[in-house]
Amino acid sequence: MRVLRILLEKEFRQIFRNPAIIRMIFMMPTVQLLVMPFAADYEVRNVKVCVVDYDHSAYSSRLVRKVDATDYFTLAATTDSYEEALAMLEDEEADLILQIPAGFERNVVREDEATLFMGINAINGMKANVGGAYLRNVITDFNREIRLEWMQLPRMNPVPLIKVTALNRFNPLMEYAYFMVPGIVVLLVTMVGSFLTALNIVREKEVGTIEQINVTPVKKHQFILGKLIPFWVLGNFTLSIGLLISWLVYGIVPVGSVFAIYVFSAVYLLAVMGLGLFVSTLANTQQQAMLLSFFLMMLFILLGGLYTAIDSMPQWAQLFTRINPVSYFIEVMRMVVLKGSTLRDITGHLMIILLFAVVLNGLAVWSYKKRS
Amino acid sequence: MRQFFFFIRKEFLHVWRDGRTLFILFAMPLAQILIFGFALTNEVKNTRIAIVDPARDETTRAITDRLESSRYFEVWSTLPDAEAVDESFRRGQVRMALVFPPDLHNKLLHGNEGVVQLIADASDPNVANTLVNYATAIIMDYQREMPGYQEQPYAMRTEMRMLYNPQLKGSYSFVPGVMAMVLLLVCSMMTSISIVREKEIGTMEVILVSPIVPIRVVIAKMVPYLLLSIVNIISILLLSVFVLDVPIQGSLVLLMSECILFTMTSLAIGLFISTIAESMQAAMLFSLMGMFLPTIMLSGFMFPIENMPLPLRIVSHVVPSRWFYFIVKNVMIKGVDITHVWKETLVLIGMLVFFLTVSIRKFKTRLE
Repeated sequence: MRVLRILLEKEFRQIFRNPAIIRMIFMMPTVQLLVMPFAADYEVRNVKVCVVDYDHSAYSSRLVRKVDATDYFTLAATTDSYEEALAMLEDEEADLILQIPAGFERNVVREDEATLFMGINAINGMKANVGGAYLRNVITDFNREIRLEWMQLPRMNPVPLIKVTALNRFNPLMEYAYFMVPGIVVLLVTMVGSFLTALNIVREKEVGTIEQINVTPVKKHQFILGKLIPFWVLGNFTLSIGLLISWLVYGIVPVGSVFAIYVFSAVYLLAVMGLGLFVSTLANTQQQAMLLSFFLMMLFILLGGLYTAIDSMPQWAQLFTRINPVSYFIEVMRMVVLKGSTLRDITGHLMIILLFAVVLNGLAVWSYKKRS
Repeated sequence: MRQFFFFIRKEFLHVWRDGRTLFILFAMPLAQILIFGFALTNEVKNTRIAIVDPARDETTRAITDRLESSRYFEVWSTLPDAEAVDESFRRGQVRMALVFPPDLHNKLLHGNEGVVQLIADASDPNVANTLVNYATAIIMDYQREMPGYQEQPYAMRTEMRMLYNPQLKGSYSFVPGVMAMVLLLVCSMMTSISIVREKEIGTMEVILVSPIVPIRVVIAKMVPYLLLSIVNIISILLLSVFVLDVPIQGSLVLLMSECILFTMTSLAIGLFISTIAESMQAAMLFSLMGMFLPTIMLSGFMFPIENMPLPLRIVSHVVPSRWFYFIVKNVMIKGVDITHVWKETLVLIGMLVFFLTVSIRKFKTRLE
């Protein structure tokens, strides 16, 4: 016990004397939480539309005004030639071309049917899809207006009509930050837990101080506990800062119990620290440790459901998310913070993470040798 | 000159003999391309939904069948009432629920109107939005085929053409983004560490007392990573053409020269970091936080820049990968020539010159 206490004292001193680590622990969560949710906004807005109006009719200019009036679109230009519009698309001055053919108004009125063309820059497929759908909605709306001017709607529907209403639970205002912030907090906790642990041990290897520890009577488990406990504390500290910032800045208060989050993170940190330990036994230099943990982090974070939904991934990637501790915590965090899930609801996740913790730490202790 | 080549050889051996690092340097781009190309999509496929259907009549069953047979949805459970939906959301079992009224069929038959409710788990607003849109479209399709439906007069139709990427593949925008990310990362992080490492271990002293001039030390450090990056560029391009089916529409020569230009800019940034950083840890944290996150967030390939608040939009102009991403996207996918990207190219050249001059000037020939 005394040995452990002394080791802990050594670790804490080393951490607090290293400005880079302190900066990482305080600055990283603050900066990232303040900047990332603003940058990480997928919502499709400000689609730049270039209108090619061959019709020059009352209807065509009304349609253009209607498009311009919506929040989603900004009118980049109105031209007379499709080539010019295409050139704008090429230079990224416009995202979408709306072409109103000659005789549009006449066809609507006389032939009961007219066709509008849309050309969309689809390099970003999602934006193209959503932008196109929005514009189609605007046109449908406009269509309804025109129709009402020409005919009176009967009091009762002449044909069967199904109305679809939608209700958005847990995030009725569809705030993107509500979705991102809990995920980013997980990301930060994971970085502190795995990254710093790995770097810390490998540094002792590279600088050579690990030899000094190896010749002392310090036991294997004491050494590892001495490394784990400080970062476990720091990880929980980062979590608290993260929760505090999401409350103060974004007004996100967990609907579920904060206690459940801490219980989960206590176990989760053990698991990711086991991962860090394991990385440190594989690497000899800080550069290697850094690259290795970076590589793993990238896999875990990108395939953890932070940015894109796990449901949309192909089968092999979904299988990978099952052995990815990050994906469990992100899910738990969103469940508790947004949906108010209780400790009972997340028991399954908790058990799996516990298993991770046991396996990863076992692996790390087993592969850590006192000899080099 | 001979001495210079020896130096390059020394640096090359440093990189070559560190097998683990080398492995990651080659494996990282490949893994990233594959992950981004295949796994990271916002497409909705086989999403689990719940159905609340007290009546189970002809109409509700027909709608349920339609949802089930589309590739977007998979009916996971049937719930007794709308209250049970929340519980199911909380457990994370389903993402959306479709609630039918008890008498939809009759209402449609006699009153010609019925209401169907979609309840979405909007903790992920994007997915919720997409799911609701798809489900609505499917129900509307069904309605169009119901007996008694007729087309309305004064109709305006729309015809949509997806330019450059007709199949709406995510890889078309991710491949240029990953190239920007990998090249910047490999080059800036590795050069910055390799110089600070010599400082920290003490071998820098040996170099400084040798007759070699600083500019050659610096350039010798850059050469191995430049070669390594060229291998990476080629492997990324091969993968994207042959595995992900992303074509190279523009000129290959132009694309390669732009890539090499960007690589050199990143190397210069790495040098710049190494002149500031005192320890390897500081260099790593700096290149990770200072370079990597802005690259992912502000270069425009993951998140649209035009949505960001003004300060971030301004900051994005100093992120080199933003310009490179624009160049690659346009040259590779739209197939434009240099006349469309010369401005962006000039910006990159300017950054290269700036960082190179500053870091050679600041390169200290003395150790404190």
